Amino acid sequence: MNYEAVIGLEVHIQIKTHSKVFTRVAAGYGQPANTLTDPVVLALPGTLPVMNKAALDAIIKAGLLLGCEIAPVCKWDRKNYFYPDSPKNYQISQYDQPICLGGSVEIELPGVARNVMGEHKRIPLTRIHLEEDVGKLNHFATESLVDYNRAGTPLMEIVSDPALHSADEAFAYLTSLRATMIYGSISDCDMEKGQLRCDANISIRPVGETRLGTKVELKNLNSISFVRDGIAHEIKRQVAVLERGGTLAQETRDYDGQTGTSQSLRSKEMAHDYRYFPDPDLMPVKVDEAWKEKLRAECPELPFPKQRRFVEGYQLPYTLTSVLVWDRALADFFEQAVKLAGQGKAQAVGNWIVNDLLRELGASKREFTELKVSPEHIAALVQLVDTGSVLTNAAREIFVEMFATGELPGVIADRRGLRAAPTDADELEQWCRDAIAANAKAVAEFKAGKDSAINAFKGPVMKAAKGKGDPKRVDAMLRHLLAAT
Amino acid sequence: MADALFFKPIAELGALLETKTVSSVELTQGVIARTMAVDGRVRAFNSYDEADALAQAAASDARRAAGQARGPLEGIPVGLKDVISVAGQPLTASSKMLANFVSPYDATVTAKLKGAGAVIWGRLNCDEFAMGSSTENSAFGPTANPWDLTRVPGGSSGGSSAALAAGEAIATLGSDTGGSIRQPAALCGVVGLKPTYGLVSRYGLIAFASSLDQIGPLTRTVEDAAIMLGAIAGHDPLDSTSFKADVPDYRVEVKRRQGPWRLGIPKEYFGAGLDPEVSAAVERAIAFYRTQGCEIREVSLPHTQYCLDTYYIIATAEASSNLARYDGIRYGHRAKDAKDAVDIYFKSRAEGFGPEVKRRIILGTYVLSSGYYDAFYLRAQQVRTLIRQDFLNAYREVDALLTPTSPVPAFKLGEKSDPLALYLCDIYTIGVNLAGLPALSVPCGFTAGGLPVGLQLIGQPFAEANLLAMARVYEQAHDWRLKHPVLP
Repeated sequence: MNYEAVIGLEVHIQIKTHSKVFTRVAAGYGQPANTLTDPVVLALPGTLPVMNKAALDAIIKAGLLLGCEIAPVCKWDRKNYFYPDSPKNYQISQYDQPICLGGSVEIELPGVARNVMGEHKRIPLTRIHLEEDVGKLNHFATESLVDYNRAGTPLMEIVSDPALHSADEAFAYLTSLRATMIYGSISDCDMEKGQLRCDANISIRPVGETRLGTKVELKNLNSISFVRDGIAHEIKRQVAVLERGGTLAQETRDYDGQTGTSQSLRSKEMAHDYRYFPDPDLMPVKVDEAWKEKLRAECPELPFPKQRRFVEGYQLPYTLTSVLVWDRALADFFEQAVKLAGQGKAQAVGNWIVNDLLRELGASKREFTELKVSPEHIAALVQLVDTGSVLTNAAREIFVEMFATGELPGVIADRRGLRAAPTDADELEQWCRDAIAANAKAVAEFKAGKDSAINAFKGPVMKAAKGKGDPKRVDAMLRHLLAAT
Repeated sequence: MADALFFKPIAELGALLETKTVSSVELTQGVIARTMAVDGRVRAFNSYDEADALAQAAASDARRAAGQARGPLEGIPVGLKDVISVAGQPLTASSKMLANFVSPYDATVTAKLKGAGAVIWGRLNCDEFAMGSSTENSAFGPTANPWDLTRVPGGSSGGSSAALAAGEAIATLGSDTGGSIRQPAALCGVVGLKPTYGLVSRYGLIAFASSLDQIGPLTRTVEDAAIMLGAIAGHDPLDSTSFKADVPDYRVEVKRRQGPWRLGIPKEYFGAGLDPEVSAAVERAIAFYRTQGCEIREVSLPHTQYCLDTYYIIATAEASSNLARYDGIRYGHRAKDAKDAVDIYFKSRAEGFGPEVKRRIILGTYVLSSGYYDAFYLRAQQVRTLIRQDFLNAYREVDALLTPTSPVPAFKLGEKSDPLALYLCDIYTIGVNLAGLPALSVPCGFTAGGLPVGLQLIGQPFAEANLLAMARVYEQAHDWRLKHPVLP
């Protein structure tokens, strides 16, 4: 039998704010244990929460970016459960009135080849709500210790509809969601730091069936690849169980990305009763149109719309755009360089950035923000090549040097003597005639239709030009002479 | 014979301090000496720190000498109920759970009192986590009523009312969730004011029921209550439920406003269960107001009969969640022999909480449970709206309501062993908390047996100045405030 997987993702993303969501103490990562705490974080007797407006701004912005409906009132509920990482033994969260409803995440599935755009889909969202993160338990041989540094960090939970149908879709969903949040400066989404965490609800059903199968919740998917692998593994496991006539239990399973296996954590019977009720310590907050408009104005263009614009507006090939648009700073850098170099030079600019700049950046292990070259450098280099002042090979060398030093390309070309020699047309014609005369076999092959035979003449010409011949002009001259032979 | 210093109201002591007739150190020493002499019998304090109080008093005297006195509370010893945080001092909520807890921060009211120059003096006993009406639920033992040491001082702020009546503090702060300031004030013959919900910051008050709790003063006189309220009221950025309202100068307003007012007598508050002596005292007070030209009108609060049920659903629901943090993990009592985290929870909470607290946590957990939420908690919130509407309807006809504070005068320690019988002590006070209104209790006489009786005035939202003025008109025409208990 053929089965279809139905997957819903619950993604927790930490919001990047200076202070925690209900108190003034700093939010952060990698600090000594329990230093990012205060009486409110530790839930000392008598303390009260006060809403951090920046966190609310961020989640509303996230909702606007994803096309959600923003609730007119932001209301708080307590989710009651006991666990040592939760200082109050209740989590302030949103239960029946999440701040964002609906919306969707646009995803792109893998294309048939790397240079072909894949199918696009919109995965509908159920809701996004704001809550507070919990602390972290560290287990030792005979005791466990709690670090409350993370407790109270603003956290949003983004819940998708059960509308994903493969591990690849889940992967694409997370990639797109992550890029959206980074674009909006809402979170850095560093999964190693726990800034983005994902749980997946997975069920399978025979193709054609409309009812949902038994749902398994998969936890601890702590990298985007683990999400893909874990889901693929779970779908296979479920199919195997049904194929051998077994039944699936509604349960929560823990996926181990290192071994690629999962095991049951708890069954449905042990599900919590969280006893939600409105938090009497926090007043509901009205979100009016003016507030939303102000945030809407801060919303950046997202990667997919940007990609469509790059393809249509700049006539860029898909492969270039698929590198350029996923990093907002890189895309901005590109557009600034194009503005300086001219609209028609977009592909040349894109090539330099995607091929040379990213290669050098990777090799240098520097951050994009630490770049010594600016869009001006790229535009200047493009112009040097375009006017024939510098040949492509020389330009590559210039690029490496300007990346390292931040000098302008013209300066490097002059200092290093990398300007193309102004080749005399007669001289070039003579070199070409000599090369053709010296290789009758290649002439015959070329005449017989073997186009690549032309390359046999180029070596001797370049040798005669001492490496400074413009390959385009050489090629054109050879073709001109061969046609006349 | 003139009163001893420790029986004088703030206003009088302020004049003595101002003229340097006495120093704050002398006054504080007097209060400490009085406490040493009587607290073995009254047991109003959970703890006190004489050295710290005297250091504060000395600092106050130094400020005054430098011409930097901060106002009417400068140098006045004020006792705080042991649910209000004072940096560096114990904060126990009269619970074994917090028996060894020292708070690292000041509640907003504490910071405001310090800022006003007051001398923070002692941690006052109460019912455990402010749950009760007799102060018998304290893990550290009951407080006695100074008017009759075999009787309760009321509760939950019984330490605050008893200490004041016994001269162990010049003024005190209590907290009121269902009557916990007003009822002990009535039973101990002092003034107790529960402000409008949101007027006084709750930051640093151990939460019992967040939507009902308010801190308020207990004082010897109405003017003193005005002075104390002026010091602690006002918006606090650390409490989201605190109201952004202008705070009038209550001390000026309480004398300026003379009435007459239209007073409503809610008929539901004068039914079965009301002690005849209490009833008679309140009737005399009503008659007094009539002679002052006040219009007295009977009004109805038709949902009164649902107050108790509504209160015990909402208060316990909130309490079950508020008290979850006392788990033995970060601070507070931790069972010695616990095996793992869950075991720490079960054993620490079983050992740390007393029976009334456990009863309310269990009740509150139940009413919030899946399948019961709609029938109990949600319904109670709807009824709460109706109860508030009752009061607001009445305020279309009258300026304030006049009722007994407590249906009975102080009862014997151990007399009410049935929790439900104790819950009935609050029937005239809990509606006010459900409706978020201000109310005060002012002494209105004594029973034949010499027990104080309190009169409750319930006001419109944020109309504390009116309420205080009404109470002062009555107070000034009577001399109840001049009587003090004689401790054997």
